[in-house]
Amino acid sequence: MTTTIYVPIDSAATSVGANAVAQAIAAEASKRNLEIKLVRNGSRGLLWLEPLVEVATVEGRVGYGPVTAADVAALFDSDFLTGAASAYSVGLVDEIPWLADQQRVTFARVGVIDPLDIKDYEAHGGLAGLRTAIALDQSAIVEEVLASGLRGRGGAGFPAGIKWRTVMETSADQKYVCCNADEGDSGTFADRMLMEGDPFTLIEGMTIAGIAGGATKGLIYIRSEYPDAIATMRAALLIARDFGLLGDDVLGSGNAFDISVRVGAGSYVCGEETAMLESLEGKRGMVRAKPPIPALHGLFGAPTIVNNVLTLGTVPMILAQGAAAYQALGADRSRGTQVFQLAGNIARGGIVERAFGISLQELVESYGGGTRSGRPVRSVQVGGPLGAYFPAGALDVAMDYEALIAAGGMLGHGGIVVFDDSVDMAQQARFAMEFCAKESCGKCTPCRVGSVRGTEVIDKIVNNIDRTENLELLNDLCDLMTDGSLCAMGGLTPMPVLSALRQFPEDFQR
Amino acid sequence: MAHRVRPWALAAGQELLDQLPADERLILPALQAVQQGFGYVPTDAVALIANSLNVSVADVHGVLTYYHELRTTAPAPLTVSICVAEACQATGARELIAHVSANLAPVGGRSDDGQVDVVEVFCLGNCALGPAALINERLVGRLTPKSLESALSDSRAAL
Repeated sequence: MTTTIYVPIDSAATSVGANAVAQAIAAEASKRNLEIKLVRNGSRGLLWLEPLVEVATVEGRVGYGPVTAADVAALFDSDFLTGAASAYSVGLVDEIPWLADQQRVTFARVGVIDPLDIKDYEAHGGLAGLRTAIALDQSAIVEEVLASGLRGRGGAGFPAGIKWRTVMETSADQKYVCCNADEGDSGTFADRMLMEGDPFTLIEGMTIAGIAGGATKGLIYIRSEYPDAIATMRAALLIARDFGLLGDDVLGSGNAFDISVRVGAGSYVCGEETAMLESLEGKRGMVRAKPPIPALHGLFGAPTIVNNVLTLGTVPMILAQGAAAYQALGADRSRGTQVFQLAGNIARGGIVERAFGISLQELVESYGGGTRSGRPVRSVQVGGPLGAYFPAGALDVAMDYEALIAAGGMLGHGGIVVFDDSVDMAQQARFAMEFCAKESCGKCTPCRVGSVRGTEVIDKIVNNIDRTENLELLNDLCDLMTDGSLCAMGGLTPMPVLSALRQFPEDFQR
Repeated sequence: MAHRVRPWALAAGQELLDQLPADERLILPALQAVQQGFGYVPTDAVALIANSLNVSVADVHGVLTYYHELRTTAPAPLTVSICVAEACQATGARELIAHVSANLAPVGGRSDDGQVDVVEVFCLGNCALGPAALINERLVGRLTPKSLESALSDSRAAL
């Protein structure tokens, strides 16, 4: 009997040896004359267990991890093809509480299926959302997305359905759907994992957006730092065209829609939607003033739906299962689930998809298991490099858009970076300014110049040079950057700086 | 895996630009195509792209100098791009950079044997398994100074 073995091809897994493990398994099976089917799946998101090898058994998929290539012979010796227990086994993967407690909607198929097998995709619920959408008229699709409460997962949290409705109601010869896959926030990797692990869900979501908005052309802007995601998306687009999911007649519906991949060139600010549009037009990634909003005047001046990978990747599930099911999850005005990413110095890092409203504490402690180094947690940065630092004693905050703002932070793209007690928070505050100085597009003076002055002022404070005056100056500078910058780069850099200064003043005093 | 590139020549550059698909006849994709084909963007290519796309040399120069990844000199066979963003800082990126600077080359520099360029990047999306780096296009994670050295020597051997 042929046994199916799963070894992730997700780049996080391959970064710690999954390719070598897959080769070793194939070689060992052939040496032992055992018939196996090796599937290179996405990652289940339990990244601390990577490379996580799974064996399909009648009870379900049994996991072994972390496995190295050198462990493979021992795995075969311990009869892992039958799912037998050994030093490496983690049991039935679906029953690991860390995973079993999650509410996977956007990530339902990631790690489960072969990412480039469109039949496997369909067998796991893929294309059902698009088929539902095809049977609806444009405004009914938009109504469904509006009713789901889906908000932009890139960070701004703007209701997706409102953008879609604006584009739908604007007439133009050409409209576009632009997917923002310029996932530059440190501590975030969900876009990458979705593209590598379930690329067709993004293609399906963009196609639904295209039909709803009346756009025939989609572009995915993927950062160049993600070579594997770029390759997977390109391969998936070819398959989708062959299958008839893309092209002049999407699944026989009479709608035309096609997608191309564009690659970034190393610019953080190109994750801001208007800078991304400039970059897609081949120009410098300079932020545009809004209005006009991209829904009216986007790519090449045409009406454009701009959404993040997770936003578009969630749409097929919403259409397939109904807006009400998605809307039923969440807290207050944050509906549905958020794909949280546990990162940094964390014992059990990875993807935790849960309904909005879960506490930061539960994510860091129950799921994350504290630090990887074993030292006490000191600080947690939520929402990327422009997000606030929370001290270990203030993690009792609900993870939803408004609650985080009320707590002086922001959700951003859902990244959570944990630091242990060896962190120097003045150094982290300085880094936020350095990062802004390096990545500012240069359009707004408070961002372009203020970030450079910010590093200098922090240096003076730390070195006790005119301390009181310079603290006042730093606060003034942060006010100016917040109020005087067009986009979040200059506007939110003060958030990590001031949260570090207020929560960890002792680090600024030497 | 080394960068597979051709030596620069105007005719080869023109040929490459002529092959750009219609919707990629834009400055950034043209620069990326040249860099992919030849390893870098030679000075001569700027005017060539400007002519080809009917835009000004200043426009092309502006895009070329905006993006961190576009380069105007030939790279070493290997580029190690070390993540220096927050999640990797939390797991030792600063120590890794210090080790690489002391033993291989500083950030922005090239190793003495000319084989490896060292650059810093902000996030590779491997934030739960940091510190992380790309060696050309191969992502490596859970790095220690020692494991990075060993990954680099594997890559050197494969050159």
